[in-house]
Amino acid sequence: MANAATKTATSAPKRKKDTQFRQIMRRLVKSKTAMIGLVVMVVIILACALAPLIAPYDPNYMDYSALNATPSLAHIMGCDNLGRDIFSRVLYGGRLSLALGFTVAIVGMAFGVFFGSLVGYIGGQVDNITMRICDVWMAIPGTLLSIIISSALGDGFWYTVLALSVSGLPGSVRGTRAMALKEREMEYLEAAKAMNCSKMKIIYKHMMPNTIAPTIVGTTGQIGGTMMTAAGLSYIGLGIQPPTAEWGAMCSSAREYLTSYPHEMIMPGLAILVTVLAINMLGDGLRDAMDPRLKD
Amino acid sequence: MWRYIVNRLLWLIVIMLCVAVIIFTILWFVPGDPAQIILGTGATNEDIQRLREQLGLNEPYLVQLTSFLSDTFLHLDFGESYVYGVPVIQEFATRLPRTLGLGLISMLLNIIIGIPLGVNAAIHRNTIWDQGVLVLAMVFISVPQFYLGLLMVILFSVNLGWLPPFGISGDYPTWTYWVMPVLANSLSGLAMNARQTRSAALETIRADFVTTARAKGLPENTVIYKHMLPNALIPVINALGMQLSMVVGGTVVIENVFSFPGIGQYLLTGVNSRDYPVIRGSVMILALFSAVVTLLVDLVYAFIDPRIKAQYINYAAKKSSPKEKKGGKKNG
Repeated sequence: MANAATKTATSAPKRKKDTQFRQIMRRLVKSKTAMIGLVVMVVIILACALAPLIAPYDPNYMDYSALNATPSLAHIMGCDNLGRDIFSRVLYGGRLSLALGFTVAIVGMAFGVFFGSLVGYIGGQVDNITMRICDVWMAIPGTLLSIIISSALGDGFWYTVLALSVSGLPGSVRGTRAMALKEREMEYLEAAKAMNCSKMKIIYKHMMPNTIAPTIVGTTGQIGGTMMTAAGLSYIGLGIQPPTAEWGAMCSSAREYLTSYPHEMIMPGLAILVTVLAINMLGDGLRDAMDPRLKD
Repeated sequence: MWRYIVNRLLWLIVIMLCVAVIIFTILWFVPGDPAQIILGTGATNEDIQRLREQLGLNEPYLVQLTSFLSDTFLHLDFGESYVYGVPVIQEFATRLPRTLGLGLISMLLNIIIGIPLGVNAAIHRNTIWDQGVLVLAMVFISVPQFYLGLLMVILFSVNLGWLPPFGISGDYPTWTYWVMPVLANSLSGLAMNARQTRSAALETIRADFVTTARAKGLPENTVIYKHMLPNALIPVINALGMQLSMVVGGTVVIENVFSFPGIGQYLLTGVNSRDYPVIRGSVMILALFSAVVTLLVDLVYAFIDPRIKAQYINYAAKKSSPKEKKGGKKNG
């Protein structure tokens, strides 16, 4: 008997959570733009992940008979000044660009959720000081900070991740903190406190899971922006650098041939545009689905 | 209100001090020796040591930091470029107006085009006009600034020959050199503004005070521009601060794309040659620009949103009447 009672007690809130999730999903599926974004994004991610299978050429193979070749059946995006197939390079470069965007987003989110919940829950002087630090941090233009850090650290994937995430950290800490402040007043936390939960357990077992979902939504919106900043960094010669195939770096090295062979710049840039567009469309749809009030 | 302004001015100084310390510290850890770079690979160890001594690079961290801070804040002296030997401040005299122009005109375009676009889209919700604005905004938000710039070069310079592809002066009339950099720098922010304004306007369009205003029989234009817009603009102005950071960062990339000789280009040449005074000076001046505009945006924000003003009025009035906490007139 007692067993059955606890069973219904534990399953009741679970079912409720499930339906809310389903509601969000239903709203998301209904949004055409979000679905288009999702499909395009999945296709791009798959294509880049499976680059060794899909790419018709080695990204670094130089075909001297096809220097600066314009798009044709043999090279659907043409070739660059060294005779390398641009389509293959775009696929391989996408791995790097996508990995950068997602890694930076995840690093920022993890940092934000961890410290945001902590600071929001503890409150008081700790909260005050952290927020002032965030204020100063945010007062420095983000791209500028990324440029300086990237130039200080040099090129390389993880250095670039660091340079790109540093500027986004205060924002994500603030966002989560605001949510944590709201959660702090909720009754389930009172209950947890009454049951003599430790502070750490309250923060990381009870409060954090509730701040994660909205944070994921916010983060999705930032991935596109991060990828653009990353491409911008490699364009000005920081971050990931040639000869590594990366979308921004490819645009940068194609700049010399802008007048005679514009396709060498247009193609990798188009890859950035389509990817970021798809991610933003999905991000928008997610945000609207989470908050039906916003939907118009 | 004065208290608020003074507070914000003090805050500006604190921020600039922090920026100075941060930028100095980051550069402190940069690998690569400026003395080595100045003298080239053929230099002897002795020469490098002598030059390091001369540049003060051998001093401990705190000594260098203090002298940098006092030079910068007390004497407004950013030092001399290691590579060119020219005082950094002298370069600023010619470069700063260009970057300020680029940044400010871009911001201005964002506001005077983006906001009306958003309001119009909201008023004509779900029409082709609205959908068009939304789609275009989405695309422009997703284009990297440098790509947009390069595409414009291909179209307007290479194919049509209307605008000069780079530089700041030459065969074309001077203003034409500004068209593409300004557009490339502002279009994404403009799109963001339009979207933000649209959703903020849609939220206020349903508010009770708008219905009341309509019920009173006010003309539609009065309802929109006097009642709805001021309220809808509050979140938009708040978001301008965020865009500003984009515009300032954008100027660096855009100046690079168009070989536009401003502070951003100067910063990048400094980065490439490890020219510390140039990097520090450029970053400080760009950060100051951003901080000052943020300050202005915040002041406008405080002016429009009575809640902020109320905070300070209440703060002063607290001592006399502690009960009066939720003051401030309501808009609309």
